Amino acid sequence: MAAQVITPIGVGDVVSKAGQAKKDGYRLVQIGCTKIGDDFEIIYVYDKDFTLLSYRITVKEDVVIPSISSEYFGAFVYENEIHDLYGLHVSGINIDFKGTFYKTAIKHPFNVTITKEGDSCQNK
Amino acid sequence: MSKQITVPFGPQHPVLPEPLHLDLVLEDETVVDVIPSIGYVHRGLEKLVEKREYTEYVFIAERICGICSFIHSQTYVQGIEQIMGLEVPERATYLRTIWGEYSRLHSHLLWLGLFADSMGFESVFMNAWRLREHILDDLEATTGGRVIQGVCKVGGVRKDITPEKLDEMLKGLRGMEHELNDLTNVFLNDSSMKHRLRGVGVLKKEDAYVLGAVGPTARGSGLAIDIRSTGYGALGKINFKPVVEYDGDCYARCAVRAKEMFTSIDIIEQCIKKIPDGPVDMKVTGAPDGEYFSRTEQPRGEVIHYIKGNGKKNLVRHRVRTPTFTNIPPLVTLLKGVDLADVPVVVLSIDPCIGCAER
Repeated sequence: MAAQVITPIGVGDVVSKAGQAKKDGYRLVQIGCTKIGDDFEIIYVYDKDFTLLSYRITVKEDVVIPSISSEYFGAFVYENEIHDLYGLHVSGINIDFKGTFYKTAIKHPFNVTITKEGDSCQNK
Repeated sequence: MSKQITVPFGPQHPVLPEPLHLDLVLEDETVVDVIPSIGYVHRGLEKLVEKREYTEYVFIAERICGICSFIHSQTYVQGIEQIMGLEVPERATYLRTIWGEYSRLHSHLLWLGLFADSMGFESVFMNAWRLREHILDDLEATTGGRVIQGVCKVGGVRKDITPEKLDEMLKGLRGMEHELNDLTNVFLNDSSMKHRLRGVGVLKKEDAYVLGAVGPTARGSGLAIDIRSTGYGALGKINFKPVVEYDGDCYARCAVRAKEMFTSIDIIEQCIKKIPDGPVDMKVTGAPDGEYFSRTEQPRGEVIHYIKGNGKKNLVRHRVRTPTFTNIPPLVTLLKGVDLADVPVVVLSIDPCIGCAER
């Protein structure tokens, strides 16, 4: 299995990298968010001939992330999801549900980290 | 220009087993725009990695969906094994491939039945589900579960299949083939089916690619995107060619699924002939430290499990991109220009699984 590389980029490069990926014949595979402490990692993943091209941005909660839906129409599902689950702001989404994409019992449920008890595995 | 009106479709509708809402903007009887809404059954299962140890979480990953449950667990454990650098016993990879293809068979038979039902073919619906019972019986006999199998674990599988049972499964599948031929003959050659499906809900090849279509939705539009081609599990040792149709309409998507059932039987047959002797699991110690995008081909298309661990018992993140989630934008596009009366059939033609999509 080929090694997977995730390249760090700045928030300002998100749209231009998406445009370049589209120009190079990549399809959008997914956009996913992970909360690491007070930061949020967002990974944009593209695919061409079963080879992944991945970019990572790391942002604080108050940073506005530009939408790539102008390049990839289907990005709206991922960008609305990131807004609804994490509370991050994505600007310029082609279909913006404004927080109603998911009907969750609590607001931005993935923006909360549950306290864990102990770190060691049962299989140690 | 005619006056536009908006007609709500769903979230409750006879063709939808799960809630999906579409606002259909119509001019006369023709759909000119679509706004999709999901989110009625979002469960937040991914968040449970913070409460469950990574080895226990396999059971939650498997419960993301009640149809492709086994493949979800397979994708998850493959991701963990990649991060930890585990060489899983070869026999386990063959068994996973066999159960994965059984899952595809039962999913496609379920869908063919529902699809027939959506067009009023009740007898075809019942025949498809009757055949599906044979597949579920074999899954139950070999794993103990019809819907949730629970056999995948990090480092292998929990159960083995005896050579006698493998032979019996092969005979059963061969015996089913002529019945499957009869069934697929209706979908592929019946004049009423063709009339309802040909030229309806067309998704062009270039649109399918840019919009991120996967699975039979992509392959029905001429894209040979099938993650099984990457050779995960035992598939690297199996001769396999993706089924591709080129018209991009409901008929093409239906034909892909109908023909894929025979591909699945062929893969299972090759696996049974080649499966090596040996153990089916290995001892695993420690915890994953790293990240990986694990990809497999579910009945509805490519699924991705993103796994990130930090060497502790709980993962930092488990994020699942399911095929239905990425097939929503193509659905919006292929519904434009469709007659209102055809909307149920077109929606069902992407085989939407909302439980999967909302995790």
